Amino acid sequence: MAFPFVERNLRITPIDTFIDPPQPRARAIITHGHADHARSGHGAVLATPDTIAIMKTRYGETCAGAFQPLNFGEPLHIDDVTVTLYPAGHILGSAQVLLEHKGRRIVVTGDYKRLPDRTAQPFELVRCDLLVTEATFGLPVFQHPDPADETRRLMRSLQRHGDRSHVIGCYALGKAQRMISLIREQGCTDPIYLHGAMIRLCDLYEALGVPLGVLKPALGVAKGELAGKIIIAPPSALKDRWSRRLADPVLAMASGWMSVKQRARQSLVELPLVISDHCDWNELRQTIAECGAETIWVTHGREDALVYYCQAQGLIAEPLSIQAYEDGPEDADDAGDGE
Amino acid sequence: MKRFAELLELLALTPSRNRKIAALATYFREVPDPDRGYALAVLTGALSFKNVKPALLRDVVLEEVDPNLFAMSYDYVGDLGETIALIWPHQQSAEELPSLTTLIELFNTTPKPDLPRLIASLLTRPSIAERWALVKLATGALRIGLSARLAKTALAEMSGRPLQDIEEVWHGLSPPYAALFAWLDGTTGRPDIDHTARFHPLMLSNPIDEEKDLAKLAPEDFAAEWKWDGIRVQLILSEGRASLFSRTGDDIAGAFPDIVDNVVGEAVLDGELLVGRDRIPATFNDLQQRLNRKVATQKHLTSYPAFIRVYDMLFDGGDDIRALPWRERRQRLAAWLDRNPQSRLDLSDIIAFKDWDDLGRIRRQGADEHGHEGVMLKQITSPYVPGRPKGLWFKWKRDPNVLDAILMYAQRGHGKRSSYYSDYTFGVWKDNEIVPIGKAYFGFTDEELRRLDKWVRANTVQAFGPVREVRKELVFEVAFDSAQESKRHKSGVALRFPRISRIRWDKPAQEAATLADVRTLIAAT
Repeated sequence: MAFPFVERNLRITPIDTFIDPPQPRARAIITHGHADHARSGHGAVLATPDTIAIMKTRYGETCAGAFQPLNFGEPLHIDDVTVTLYPAGHILGSAQVLLEHKGRRIVVTGDYKRLPDRTAQPFELVRCDLLVTEATFGLPVFQHPDPADETRRLMRSLQRHGDRSHVIGCYALGKAQRMISLIREQGCTDPIYLHGAMIRLCDLYEALGVPLGVLKPALGVAKGELAGKIIIAPPSALKDRWSRRLADPVLAMASGWMSVKQRARQSLVELPLVISDHCDWNELRQTIAECGAETIWVTHGREDALVYYCQAQGLIAEPLSIQAYEDGPEDADDAGDGE
Repeated sequence: MKRFAELLELLALTPSRNRKIAALATYFREVPDPDRGYALAVLTGALSFKNVKPALLRDVVLEEVDPNLFAMSYDYVGDLGETIALIWPHQQSAEELPSLTTLIELFNTTPKPDLPRLIASLLTRPSIAERWALVKLATGALRIGLSARLAKTALAEMSGRPLQDIEEVWHGLSPPYAALFAWLDGTTGRPDIDHTARFHPLMLSNPIDEEKDLAKLAPEDFAAEWKWDGIRVQLILSEGRASLFSRTGDDIAGAFPDIVDNVVGEAVLDGELLVGRDRIPATFNDLQQRLNRKVATQKHLTSYPAFIRVYDMLFDGGDDIRALPWRERRQRLAAWLDRNPQSRLDLSDIIAFKDWDDLGRIRRQGADEHGHEGVMLKQITSPYVPGRPKGLWFKWKRDPNVLDAILMYAQRGHGKRSSYYSDYTFGVWKDNEIVPIGKAYFGFTDEELRRLDKWVRANTVQAFGPVREVRKELVFEVAFDSAQESKRHKSGVALRFPRISRIRWDKPAQEAATLADVRTLIAAT
């Protein structure tokens, strides 16, 4: 495969720059702020202004030697490589990276989704010769339902169990804010209570122009007061003693993994909400078909199924095994990032 | 059907037993006949469809989905029904699902060639929960962690009738249980069931706690029998007909014509079904040859003739003697057998013993010399009480054997453990190689499972589909009831009821057991 200017570890050869490197590097392009993509300790970081703000909030002002913000759609010429960032629709500031070099176009998607989301800039399709796509939900069993329908299930449960608090396990960056926004879209204006781990990033989203309505810390609120209320907490808090302080809680979880009932049961989730910030199988296929690429590199997830599918379509496809992703999404609902 | 789909999902996901019972009771109270009756049948596994089977659903899906992608998906999800529900690629349908009753009629009456089209059109709908419920209904494999007893408990809760009364009439009724619900609603009397057609719930024993229980029990109040290694059955003889039920009330007469065609008299008997020539019990392995089939072949009838070792009597002729003390029932049983000589029934012996120490010795000797599983203790004054009453009957099992084996292969579990490597094949040393001797599921805390799962992933040598071969470095302490010769296993031995009792993170593989160690444990039967 003659794509000499990007290597399989996502190093852009001519400019010695890595995309989302798991180890500290002199120069890195960061697609978005989740921990398995954005690490601290790089020399220079190129990313969208929102992603840079998120990194500074999570890791501190000095988590990289230098930051260079790049707005969506603005080409940046570095030697004979042109870098342009396009919205990936995954979380606020998340970007796909278009690399152009001697007439060849490579797109690295990072994590992405195509369903509408008020808390992230909407995905834009970018045509290319080589697509490096994620495959977190790269199996045909993943067909995400309409998130509004899933949110209505939550609202119905709240009506039915007005005496029970509803704790929704959400990853603190992205999922939590999207969940809150989806609840607001249902016309709910009640205060939503936040586990301590959620507060900083919700504040940041609001500061960056994403309205989330009235949010209150759950800490210190009397048990009875939380009956019939929504609380947003990290997934780990559901299993933790933390949730015992709530009034007979309904444990909910917002994640693409929740479509598999056995998985929901395993995590003792009573109300699984199938709400994902990644493409489902159909969106992945749609993107592969529409981007026009003849070569597909698959990373981050169920590589085998998507590679098999692409090859069956007559495309050149191969899995990228990027080291830090090895133990990845299969366990992502517990340990990982982003879902 | 929508309502039933909601109920199924709630039952699958609600951890609280009380909430499950409440949800079931509400459903039975609010949903009209015959839907609620069919729902009860589905939940208790009383329905099956002649032509709608998992294989049919799989074929319907494989018309639409690439087989390799289906296989990868099934491997990931771990449950066939759920894979089908999730992978079905068509969702655009505005039509509501028909009622549960209509669906069941459709499954029963649609001609075979039309079934694939019917299934495909039913599957085509947007709600995952509805597709899932539909597949669960069609395949009959609910796997939602609901016991029939819980459903009956909900009926008791809904109606205020005692659970035992419901269990009594249960086996004489059939879906959609109109007479049962009419009685529960209070509109008619209790359904009148001919006792000869009906399964009588069994009396079960409690495991004995040697340290706590024995000191409190007087040996002279108890009779002891061997704990036979077969399956518990109830034999009903009436008006020249014989019915045979398993302990859960499944009718198994069809698989054991050698018994039901060769018994005489009028009675309801409780006993252990065994196989063996001249009524000498063979191993459970041999019994298994007969258990796994609905109809017995001539070869099986000759090689593994079945008989029942009887130990209790519920009805003597038409007399219900369950309220009598065990001692009297036993006398009537012996007298009945004298009056009705049998070729396929015999009486379970009473073991004479002086005190608990003495019985303990006999128990160990029986285990060592004859491979007996243990002894049963029955209070001689105990009436026959269905269920598991406290303090009347005890089982005193032999101590399990243990050995240290080495983990060889790990496989992802199905069902609840579908994302964990939770099925293990382990082996012992034979000279310088390790030979497999058994397989067991994980039986520990989630924390240990997580750690073990991580170990498996980090120590994989090779992967074959869902199976990983691992470095031969981790030692399990495996407990099992007995060891037997086996031609099926490469090692030549097989373990009965193996379970992993401990993970020996500390123990080097070199110190694990050898095949010679296992052979010394093979019981002298």
